[in-house]
Amino acid sequence: MSDEAKRLAVRKTYKLYVGGKFPRSESGRSYQVTGSDGAVLANASRASRKDVRDAVVAARKAQPGWAGATAYLRGQILYRVAEMLEGRRAQFADEVRTAEGGTRKAAEAAVDAAVDRWVWYAGWADKIPQVLGGGNPVAGPYFNLSSPEPTGVVGVLAPQDSSLLGLVSVIAPAIATGNTTVVVAASERPLPAVTLGEVLATSDLPGGVVNLLTGHVAELAPHLASHADVNGVDLTGVDDDELARSLEVAAAGNLKRVLRRAENDWTAEPGIKRLRAWTEIKTVWHPAAG
Amino acid sequence: MTELSTLLSGLPGVDRVGADQRAATLATRSIKTTAKAWAIDLAIRMVDLTTLEGADTPGKVRTLCAKARRPEPSDASCPSVAAICVYPSMVPVAAEALKGSKVHLASVATAFPSGQAPLDIRLDDTRAAVAAGADEIDMVINRGAFLSGDVQRVYDEIVAVKEACGKAHLKVILETGELATYDNVRRASWLAMHAGADFIKTSTGKISPAATLPVTMLMLEAVRDFREATGRQVGVKPAGGIRTTKDAMKYLVVVNETAGEDWLDPDWFRFGASSLLNDLLMQRQKLTTGHYSGPDYVTVD
Amino acid sequence: MSIFEYAPAPESRDIVDIKPSYGLFVNGEWTDGKGEAFKTINPATEETLAEVACATDADVDAAVAAARAAYDKVWGPMPGRERAKYLYRIARIIQERGRELAVLESLDNGKPIRESRDVDIPLVAAHFFYYAGWADKLGYAGLGPNPRPLGVAGQVIPWNFPLLMLAWKIAPALACGNTVVLKPAETTPLTALLFAEICRQADLPPGVVNILTGAGETGAALVNHPDVNKVAFTGSTEVGRRIAESVAGTRKKLTLELGGKAANIVFDDAAIDQAVEGVVNGIFFNQGHVCCAGSRLLLQESVAEDFLARLRRRMGTLRVGDPLDKNTDVGAINSAEQLERIRALSEIGEAEGGERYTAPCELPERGFWFAPTIFTGVSQSHRIAREEIFGPVLSVLTFRTPEEAVAKANNTPYGLSAGVWTEKGSRILWMADRLRAGVVWANTFNKFDPTSPFGGYKESGYGREGGRHGLEAYLDV
Repeated sequence: MSDEAKRLAVRKTYKLYVGGKFPRSESGRSYQVTGSDGAVLANASRASRKDVRDAVVAARKAQPGWAGATAYLRGQILYRVAEMLEGRRAQFADEVRTAEGGTRKAAEAAVDAAVDRWVWYAGWADKIPQVLGGGNPVAGPYFNLSSPEPTGVVGVLAPQDSSLLGLVSVIAPAIATGNTTVVVAASERPLPAVTLGEVLATSDLPGGVVNLLTGHVAELAPHLASHADVNGVDLTGVDDDELARSLEVAAAGNLKRVLRRAENDWTAEPGIKRLRAWTEIKTVWHPAAG
Repeated sequence: MTELSTLLSGLPGVDRVGADQRAATLATRSIKTTAKAWAIDLAIRMVDLTTLEGADTPGKVRTLCAKARRPEPSDASCPSVAAICVYPSMVPVAAEALKGSKVHLASVATAFPSGQAPLDIRLDDTRAAVAAGADEIDMVINRGAFLSGDVQRVYDEIVAVKEACGKAHLKVILETGELATYDNVRRASWLAMHAGADFIKTSTGKISPAATLPVTMLMLEAVRDFREATGRQVGVKPAGGIRTTKDAMKYLVVVNETAGEDWLDPDWFRFGASSLLNDLLMQRQKLTTGHYSGPDYVTVD
Repeated sequence: MSIFEYAPAPESRDIVDIKPSYGLFVNGEWTDGKGEAFKTINPATEETLAEVACATDADVDAAVAAARAAYDKVWGPMPGRERAKYLYRIARIIQERGRELAVLESLDNGKPIRESRDVDIPLVAAHFFYYAGWADKLGYAGLGPNPRPLGVAGQVIPWNFPLLMLAWKIAPALACGNTVVLKPAETTPLTALLFAEICRQADLPPGVVNILTGAGETGAALVNHPDVNKVAFTGSTEVGRRIAESVAGTRKKLTLELGGKAANIVFDDAAIDQAVEGVVNGIFFNQGHVCCAGSRLLLQESVAEDFLARLRRRMGTLRVGDPLDKNTDVGAINSAEQLERIRALSEIGEAEGGERYTAPCELPERGFWFAPTIFTGVSQSHRIAREEIFGPVLSVLTFRTPEEAVAKANNTPYGLSAGVWTEKGSRILWMADRLRAGVVWANTFNKFDPTSPFGGYKESGYGREGGRHGLEAYLDV
């Protein structure tokens, strides 16, 4: 054996990210993930209905604590995610390029934009209550204040095309305001999502705030959309019209808030639509008198 | 803290906005026809016809006493008022003028309206009024002591005045306009009742605001709850600023729906007023004749 | 018999001229409905008030087409400041004809004239005034840089606050530049039809507001119409769910204001007399036909007995009867069907072991009546603690700690409103933060204002009505 002998790479196992841990699917199933060139990249866990269930439990458990954290702290943690992502820039650029194809430069631009997006939303955490809330000048002797509160547990069907930037763009606005999420990653490009889970796990983000599932949207989404303990569902990553319709019908079961699919330019400044989508305005009245 | 102040601060709070709203809702009650006729006569019977002026003279007081006995000289069905209310110096005149009638004679004593005189002088004032023939004494509480937290002193003084009253009924004036908050009104009401008040009264009429509907409502809640707690019934007297029949109807509605019909009686509810009586009489005439009356058709005293 | 019996003090109904029959209001004209006309009755007397047209699919088509044309040609292109003036004009006419509207509302709905006169109609006018001012300021609403109207709004409203719900729907829709087709509830169409006349009196361009009367089928046809861009519904969660299903897969924007089972939570340090009033107002206001009614009373155990004694005593002074009598506190139940539902759930409450107390009051012989009622000894598992009764029936439960109060209050699929009664400021804020409800009334209840957003969490629906937030429902932002 010579010193020049080629070293055998240690391959990474891509698992789910649920409740701050990295379990395999309870079903024991996996599926082959190929790159944009068709080469086999890895076996990803193929999440099941029961993984959805477990992820919802984890998200629900984490929700009061995350919503109860100060907006300042949530902002700090989102910024910390940006820091950690920046530190693994090269790795993400590789994964994004492998998943989506295109040039190295384009992949790096997508990673940079994803980092910046975390920073953008980190700054929103303690501002959106002021922008969406405020005092209401009611005609009477009352103090009256409206403020946005998190909707609760949000099921997110992440975009299929943009495996990191799109993913970050749908997760960050949901958690910035105190929601917790169950995210189904892009089915055919799931690997950046799993790696993002590693970033989240080391970013002071409490376990359960973001739960990442890999697998088939058509299999998982119906369970998320019909789950009675999920408060909202983001259909962004559902490419099939009929599936999207049926998910919306299922969501009506407990009157989930539904964010329908729309044309998204992930490179543009997002605006506050997604922040608004996962907040509820609560209005508190109190008499005012001496 | 003394036991007394602990007791008073343990009373449930009052939310001013809610109390005002409840009173305002009750004030929208529409009292018509037979109900109005009944209520006007009741209101007349509840009037403490009052003159408390520096310019009061025996002549003025005698005129008022005549009015109290026969408010409507040409109509025998018109009841007399509950009482005449005068300064202690005028008690002998009023006692003479009311002799043989059922009209009570009330006198404001205790260095009315400020109460800012030494206690022994206030007690002498009280005893003198009773001796001269007053069977009801309207005293003022020591608001300064109350507001400075010396509730024991306020209590002790009421007890002392009550004793000085002998058999005369004691009405304790809280001067709610100076107490300012509704919580204070409730506490002062309970304080006065515990100290032996037969009536609790809103105001001297010399301070604005005088009686208001919500404050009277609070005091009616207090007498209601006090009877529930102790078995003893205490009366309520709003005074000052009640000038129209419409006002009086609102107060009677509040009595009816707050303390209940046990208080719909001159023994338990009074109006401290002067100009109210003539408006009640004009409205009474309107109900009898079917047309509006005018000030020339009631006596000006 | 009380010694102080208030003589009848009826508001005159002569101020209202009810026609024998009404058509549909489409494109600024009255047209005959193609369906079979139905009667609307006075629930206090069961007398027929008028015959009302029933809109069919074809009528819905015509109304939506009129609204579309008005949107494309007139209302959409009109500058906001001009739209504003129409809305101000409508607001003024509502004030001027306030007594007429109040009497008509009480006749058709059964609610006390005191409420229609002092609450409903003033709020209707205030709502139009408020949104009138937004019409030319939408860019400042903080919803996005370029707010655009959605197009034609299909709106379906309930019978509990007929004209107020119309105002909540039409005022923001028009301010934002949309045109509307609105269907009032089957049992309370008359004030909406009078509103159509007010639109004409205001010279509102034809087609901007269209009023279609009818029952559920008419509503479904409107909601499902392909040329409707926006659906707004207030009513039961059951129907709201069906509407959410039916707009699935379309591009229609949807807002829903649905049912509730609000907890009214009274702590031992509450301002007790105001709390009693708040509880009474919370459940007996508008006969309890209120989606945000405080229908679950959560009492801290240490004061439960005293509070209930006060509550029963207070219930004894409630005046139930003729809605047009100015002294009536509780009017008629809106329909025989609703009365049946209230009775059925009350019987279930008794069967489940709840102890029933009914206010001592005489009920008129004709008409639909239900005496104010409370159930004590109710548990979370009882149906009367979970299901919306939508009537003057209060379920009383107890709790020991603030944590338990929050847990019980939130333990429902609904999340519309909640009440908290305590003199402790920090506890109010703590509770308000944890209660999962769109409106939290602290030391007050059932207060409404056009500037204050209203709407639910969870199965109480989504979207807000009122305030700056209420604009979002009618804008593409």
